[in-house]
Amino acid sequence: MGVEQKLGNMGFATTTLEQAVAWSRTNAMWPMLFGLACCAIEMMSAQAAHYDMSRFGMELMRPSPRQTDLMIVAGRVSRKMAPVLRRLYDQMPEPKWVISMGDCASCGGVFNNYAIMQGVDEVVPVDVYVAGCPPRPEALIHGVLMLYEKVCGMKFAEIK
Amino acid sequence: MEKKLLSILGKLEKEFGGSASEYRGDVSLVIPAEKIVAACQQVHRLGFELLSALTAVDYWPKGASSPQGKNPRFHVIYQFTSVVLNLALTLRVPVPGINPSLTTISHLYRNANWRERELWDMFGIRFLGHPDLRRILMPADWEGHPLRKDYPLGYEEPQFTFNFDEINLRKPHAKE
Amino acid sequence: MPDIQEITLNDLKHLVSERAIQGETVLLNMGPQHPSTHGVLRLLLELDGEIVVNCIPDIGFLHTGIEKNMEAKTYAKAEVMSDRLDYMDTVGNNLAYSLAVEKLLDLDVPLRAQAIRVILAELQRFASHLVWLGTSALDLAAMSMFLYCFREREYILDVMEMCSGQRMMTTYIRPGGLWRDVPVEFEAAVRGILKTFPRRVDEYEALLTRNPLMLDRTYGIGKLTGEECLNFGVTGPMLRASGVEWDLRKDRPYSGYEQYDFMVPTRTEGDVYARYLVRLEEMRQSLKIVQQALDKLPIGPLRSNNRKYVPPPRSEIGVSMEALIHHFKLWTEGFEAPQGAIYSAVESPRGELGVYLESDGGPKPYRIHWRTPSFDNLQSLPLMSKGVLVADLVAIIGSVDIVLGDVDR
Repeated sequence: MGVEQKLGNMGFATTTLEQAVAWSRTNAMWPMLFGLACCAIEMMSAQAAHYDMSRFGMELMRPSPRQTDLMIVAGRVSRKMAPVLRRLYDQMPEPKWVISMGDCASCGGVFNNYAIMQGVDEVVPVDVYVAGCPPRPEALIHGVLMLYEKVCGMKFAEIK
Repeated sequence: MEKKLLSILGKLEKEFGGSASEYRGDVSLVIPAEKIVAACQQVHRLGFELLSALTAVDYWPKGASSPQGKNPRFHVIYQFTSVVLNLALTLRVPVPGINPSLTTISHLYRNANWRERELWDMFGIRFLGHPDLRRILMPADWEGHPLRKDYPLGYEEPQFTFNFDEINLRKPHAKE
Repeated sequence: MPDIQEITLNDLKHLVSERAIQGETVLLNMGPQHPSTHGVLRLLLELDGEIVVNCIPDIGFLHTGIEKNMEAKTYAKAEVMSDRLDYMDTVGNNLAYSLAVEKLLDLDVPLRAQAIRVILAELQRFASHLVWLGTSALDLAAMSMFLYCFREREYILDVMEMCSGQRMMTTYIRPGGLWRDVPVEFEAAVRGILKTFPRRVDEYEALLTRNPLMLDRTYGIGKLTGEECLNFGVTGPMLRASGVEWDLRKDRPYSGYEQYDFMVPTRTEGDVYARYLVRLEEMRQSLKIVQQALDKLPIGPLRSNNRKYVPPPRSEIGVSMEALIHHFKLWTEGFEAPQGAIYSAVESPRGELGVYLESDGGPKPYRIHWRTPSFDNLQSLPLMSKGVLVADLVAIIGSVDIVLGDVDR
């Protein structure tokens, strides 16, 4: 007979610390409004009523980096924008994650030239890459769920 | 060609001594660089109040074949539209490649302000008398003028399976 | 990695008033990442309390080098990059490019292809205006409009996906005609749209047009006269809201627009409210054009027969040897375009979208320049925003309807 059976009626629940922390992180992860180009429109479509992202916890998108823990880099990052991106990433409080949405953010996409950064992982460390030009809203949601799996799998030693 | 456009073209040709040509219904007039501001003032008076486009073409290394017999490197193109008369007209100005410069028309057509800044940024053509000539699309400390033909495209080698690791070593990655 | 450019007051001395240098007014950065700037636009505001004394836009954060990149690809392959310029009006960009290449090559497009181009372009105009309505109403804090507009947009994106396989960057309209025929379900889907959308537009009007909050925030704000608009090169709904009736679909028609009967909405006040009314009426007129085009849809081929420039449809490749040879040559090497330079313009939801195309006889465009409407529309922002409150500035930026991909190319 385990502890749970004795304590169940008194309103206690037992779990591991990692599971509790992962549950709280994934159920209310607020992304930062970082839509740059065409992928931003698909990100807005994913947030709107048809493909609702708020059922996964992303109820609102905050423009201020201090109030978010996820940055979805949606769109092409040009050389002029790269220092701005890095500064905003530095302003986000830990723990933070980055989803690179679309081809241009992951690898430079269609544009292989002097003006576009070939992949946003030259500037910020990326956790999940979502491919597509632009990726369908369902693909973005798949990427978000993959990120949740990664967060749930983080061990206690890695949680800072 | 329409009668009104023919008469306007005739007037401009007589005054500024350019050479007119037509291709697929588009009428264009080649004007020498010193007379461009006067030509634009006359065009404005004749009813072309909308400057649709202001761009340039780079003919490096051979240069363009200009009717005057010279070989300028750049041709700056002014595209005018008349809302009142429903006509379109193009002016081409040959500009040499060493220290290219023209006089600004931003006091006549206010949208030439940013368009001339873009030409300075992309081609290196200086506009004398411009109130605010600085880079507009590239970062302020960028070197070079990207749309010139001797500026490289900046092509990065794509990673296939056979060269994946060696490009990975060269590519900058952010660690944290 | 280079750090952010710190601009000192010295660099901007010629742009700000002397009060800023004395320290009387505040220089505020409405930075590239901001919820109301509709993209990566940086505005340097000189504020006297809450009133904007000067507004200096700083663009270039989305510069993609599309023009130079297109010069390195053949005509057929360069069209893929044209979608990504004005990403709200992707079909319009493809149409502008195709019309420019067809003008250069002197190609004739069959009538069925022209009619389907018109249907898709008008549906895309409706979708672009929906996003404008949703986001600018969101800026004025009418949040449910955002959800309603994106719900409507899904139907149009379904039609685009049905035709070409892609929701946004379709590349369905190609020089010479279309990629392939529309599927069987196309007509039923578009008729469904035509049945339900007029009532939805009436709903939006009932929510916003006579709303006292909307009137307070937009009536009399950001006025521009017709002459100032023309001097700034402003075209599109902004020009028509200031009294000048100039619409390229009526005045320099292309792709068969002369056979359709529609009205060009014009107003004289030139403020944010007038632009809202003009765009709302344009949405209704777009539905009218789609109705007429769908009713009169002719039967016929979808691509030009000129096999020197236009690849054959896939069904011919299996049966004809010449078709296979043409397909191979046109997709690997490309065609040799005649030497010359043209300028061709279409009416995008933002204004005059023009393409200057120059060819030197080779398979790649020697110089392609996109005259994008938002570049010129944005230049009028400093004039419109003198002496307004910061909250009004947000409404004005929403009414200009800029797309930063258009501005920075």
